[in-house]
Amino acid sequence: MDNAIEVRQISKSYGKVVALENVDLNVRRGSVMGLLGPNGAGKTTLVRILTTLLRPSSGSATVLGYDVVRHARHLRSYIGLAGQSAAVDDLLTGRENIHMAGRLYHMPKREVQKRAQDLLEQFDLVEAADRSVKGYSGGMRRRLDLAASLVANPPMIFLDEPTTGLDPRSRLELWDVIRNLVSEGTTVLLTTQYLEEADQLADEITVIDLGKVIAQGTADELKHQAGSEFIEVTVRDAEETRRAAGVLSNFAENNECDINEEDNIASIMVEDGAPLMVQIVRSLDAEDIAVANMAVRQPTLDDVFLALTGRTAEEAATESEQDQD
Amino acid sequence: MNLHTANEWRPQTVPPSTPVREAIGSVIYEFRWLAADTAMMAWRNLMHYRRNPETLMSTIAGPVMFLFLFNYVFGGAIGAGRDFNYIDYLVPGVLIQNNLFTVMNTGIGIASDLQKGFVDRYRSLPMARSAVLGGRVCATSLISFVSVYWTLAIAMLFGMRFHGDLLPVLLMPLVVGVFCFGVAWLSALVGVTVRNAETASASTFFITIPLTFLSSTFVPVETMPGWLQAFAEVNPITHVVNLCRNMAQGGPLESYAWITAFWIALLIIGVGTLATWSYRRIS
Ligand SMILES: Nc1ncnc2c1ncn2[C@@H]1O[C@H](COP(=O)(O)OP(=O)(O)OP(=O)(O)O)[C@@H](O)[C@H]1O
Ligand SMILES: [Mg+2]
Repeated sequence: MDNAIEVRQISKSYGKVVALENVDLNVRRGSVMGLLGPNGAGKTTLVRILTTLLRPSSGSATVLGYDVVRHARHLRSYIGLAGQSAAVDDLLTGRENIHMAGRLYHMPKREVQKRAQDLLEQFDLVEAADRSVKGYSGGMRRRLDLAASLVANPPMIFLDEPTTGLDPRSRLELWDVIRNLVSEGTTVLLTTQYLEEADQLADEITVIDLGKVIAQGTADELKHQAGSEFIEVTVRDAEETRRAAGVLSNFAENNECDINEEDNIASIMVEDGAPLMVQIVRSLDAEDIAVANMAVRQPTLDDVFLALTGRTAEEAATESEQDQD
Repeated sequence: MNLHTANEWRPQTVPPSTPVREAIGSVIYEFRWLAADTAMMAWRNLMHYRRNPETLMSTIAGPVMFLFLFNYVFGGAIGAGRDFNYIDYLVPGVLIQNNLFTVMNTGIGIASDLQKGFVDRYRSLPMARSAVLGGRVCATSLISFVSVYWTLAIAMLFGMRFHGDLLPVLLMPLVVGVFCFGVAWLSALVGVTVRNAETASASTFFITIPLTFLSSTFVPVETMPGWLQAFAEVNPITHVVNLCRNMAQGGPLESYAWITAFWIALLIIGVGTLATWSYRRIS
């Protein structure tokens, strides 16, 4: 069996709120699946169903071959969960938190002690290990939470927005930790609102919006779905930007040119950027516009989200919040 | 860095089977790990008291304050013209009241765990499910049991003396302990139901204060107006306080003992099951 996770037509509603609707998902063993979506998309709901915390309203799912409802008890021994808010006990020390988790996985005491020490070292928590968690920084809590969820060596791990609220440095550190896990053969399902994070970590990405899967594939495939490349031309001032835009729009797929007035950048969407470059430079030269910089840019996942939903990720999140009210 | 080295502990693979076997397996599993997991959770909660000793303030200072206030402020008025020493009368009541306050922390702790999403972690682990409640119940009950001896020590400083037979006197703290273990389950049920620490805290107050004051805790029931007497007579607190009082000071035990035993059984078996069931149903 090649799939660590198989989700078939899962739906979940809370009263009138439909959190998930007919979701299908396969995650290969040993791969990283990124679940990408704005606030309220249903990411946490799906993670809670797959970690046996919540029963789906309809549909079925297996994780490592265990049905998440019928074989929940067995399944719990093989999964680790680092939830959206770090579930670490403030009044215990870091070491005690890991120890407790290990004992509740029913690992032998000696084994837990050894494992706790290893994890504290790996997660750079040795110095703080015997201080109470109350004094830990946000990044340390996240790392400790992750360490606790890994104590039993689970072959499958769920990370719900692992880097939300972390500063850029802690985020990079956590990315490294996750990459290491993957290199050891652990299957990872992580949710994120950051398109960049999914791009960096995930082998495959599932985009969900308002409880529905709207796209699935590798980062490259998704970018391809957005369809096009961008040519960005940077000039010297606002006046030139406007003139450059006039020239560029003739080359654009949709005859439109986006202007970024702050940075004096004019950009257009094209089928294939490279062959057009020379022509564009010539045309701009003919208009006496000096080009400071010119680049072909692959679409980012932000562009993808825009192409898929007609909204930016940010707009979608605000909308979902308004839905609630 | 190597997460998976040879010979490391790995969970045992148990192939899932038919639904009936699964259900039976779950029950066996629950019982197999109940003691170990409950002990672990109780340890966690006892560590909380150790790291945050100020949460024990009311348990420690409560009996001193209540014994002082009631004995010196009300004692003269209540005890006047009676054939007993008011402090002897008062102590079992204060004992029960203070211990009720202590075990009522059970629900507050459970509610705050539920509120913080802390319970998600536990529910994703292969632990016995009843242990999350059981651990808290055991921790607060243990604290309350130890505090019985503290209260008695203070009471003796205030001049309280035992006049009962040796065996009942020795067993009296146990009765308080077991009764409070039952009440801890009631508190657990409150915590699981309200799922909010502040609400749990407030309901604790509204359960404990009327139940203790409208009973024989501080004054003899005969001094109350008739309609109140009727309530106080059926109030389980009256029975357990009277039982403890007669165990400490001598007097008939039988009728109080049966009724107290009934309430203890109801709390532990009935309310305990209900609390556990409600906790399992949360999703
Ligand atoms: N217990 C609940 N009761 C009612 N509605 C809920 C509950 N939990 C979630 N929802 C709703 O279900 C939808 C999906 O929520 P979910 O938490 O899965 O989203 P999410 O993608 O994890 O969002 P976020 O990025 O904010 O964590 C939201 O509209 C949310 O308000
Ligand atoms: Mg979420």
